[in-house]
Amino acid sequence: MLRHRVIPCLLLQDDGLVKTLRFENPKYVGDPINAIRIFNEKEVDELLVLDIQASKSKREPNYDLIEEFAGECFMPLAYGGGIASVHQARRLFSIGVEKVAIQTGALANLDLVNDIAVRYGNQSVVVALDIKKNLLGRYKLYSSATGKALDRDWLELIKLAIDAGAGEILINAVDRDGTLSGMDLSLIENVASVCSIPLIAAGGVGSLADIKAAVKAGASAVACGAFFVYQGPHRAVLITYPKYDELTALLR
Amino acid sequence: MSIIIVDYGMGNIASVGNMVRKVGGCAKVSGKRGEVMAASKLILPGVGAFDHGVNQLQALGLFSAVQEIAARGVSILGICLGMQLLSKRSEEGNLGGLALIDAEFKRFLFDNKSSFRIPHVGWNHITVVKKNPLIPNEEGEQRFYFTHSYHAVCRYEEDILAKTEYGYPFTSAYCRDNIFGVQFHPEKSHRFGMALIKNFLEL
Repeated sequence: MLRHRVIPCLLLQDDGLVKTLRFENPKYVGDPINAIRIFNEKEVDELLVLDIQASKSKREPNYDLIEEFAGECFMPLAYGGGIASVHQARRLFSIGVEKVAIQTGALANLDLVNDIAVRYGNQSVVVALDIKKNLLGRYKLYSSATGKALDRDWLELIKLAIDAGAGEILINAVDRDGTLSGMDLSLIENVASVCSIPLIAAGGVGSLADIKAAVKAGASAVACGAFFVYQGPHRAVLITYPKYDELTALLR
Repeated sequence: MSIIIVDYGMGNIASVGNMVRKVGGCAKVSGKRGEVMAASKLILPGVGAFDHGVNQLQALGLFSAVQEIAARGVSILGICLGMQLLSKRSEEGNLGGLALIDAEFKRFLFDNKSSFRIPHVGWNHITVVKKNPLIPNEEGEQRFYFTHSYHAVCRYEEDILAKTEYGYPFTSAYCRDNIFGVQFHPEKSHRFGMALIKNFLEL
């Protein structure tokens, strides 16, 4: 049986590891290489690294740093942040990244997703979308590069991304990010209803029960940030990951 | 002794090299026909489309090189697309594969109401179905990372090394004599993959 994946999601800023709260106030939580080594030892299912500054400052990925990450990862590594061309994606694959996560590039034009999928296969492209509720409580597509909500039919965009060749969809609930308050299950259900490819849900995990609930709502995989880097009510930095048997029993 | 990881422009080569180093081996990444012809062992990795892979091998003069060293008895390990290229054909493409294993690849087929999504991505178990040197100890858990939409269908049952369940049981590894193919990614499968790669290097 295929087990639903549980994926630590690490955020990079100025080459350091940070954790955000609702996509704001990035707080330094440590050295990324050290964190990746620990996650590797804990035999995590997969690792997702997002450079949250690259697209904002219109800069390319930091290839040297990512190559160092890949050398420590004996599990799949997905990277997102600042990828604007097939050439850049190719360079990432050649240094040991399995999949690229594309947001800003996909919002601009899905041709990039298509071009990468045609050359390197669907499994190599993840389309990453951030969703934020507006004042009326409606889900809106959110651009993490500009910090603005976009007036686009995002469920339609997911379908178009799948047609363009995306191999997975990553959905992050901006309002839940870093809150440890549980995932937005109705958002996950909404996406799952139109998503024929694996769906990675992110935003809000604060317990193992939250992971299970997300899977029940239709997620193929769950990405967690704060849950795996903070410990206790005062948010002390401590890297953790559940034992394999624990996850198997949880997600059976 | 020269262990060659074939670089034919099809994706993630670095991970395989990292894993070989991790288990204490030494491999050279090469896309040169001469070096492939002189390999004592060959790892054929790769992700992407079947026909593109065939074309890339042919353009580099590697298609016939791999077939020739296979005939000489050199051990070959195909991973993911590399496994698929060892077969005769795939539904994904129109070109012929290396035909070192009598198998073809079919796309996962589920009905619309099925909860099984394609591609098959994530960690899954394998069940070893015959004695083999890659995974000699079939007892205990064997889990690996998969990411693929097509799976092998072997003409000869005896070529099947391992099976995995995704909607239905499919062939997740095959071997015949010196030719081995695994659909999953040992280079991305923690200690399970390390053991497999180590066993291949020690063949």
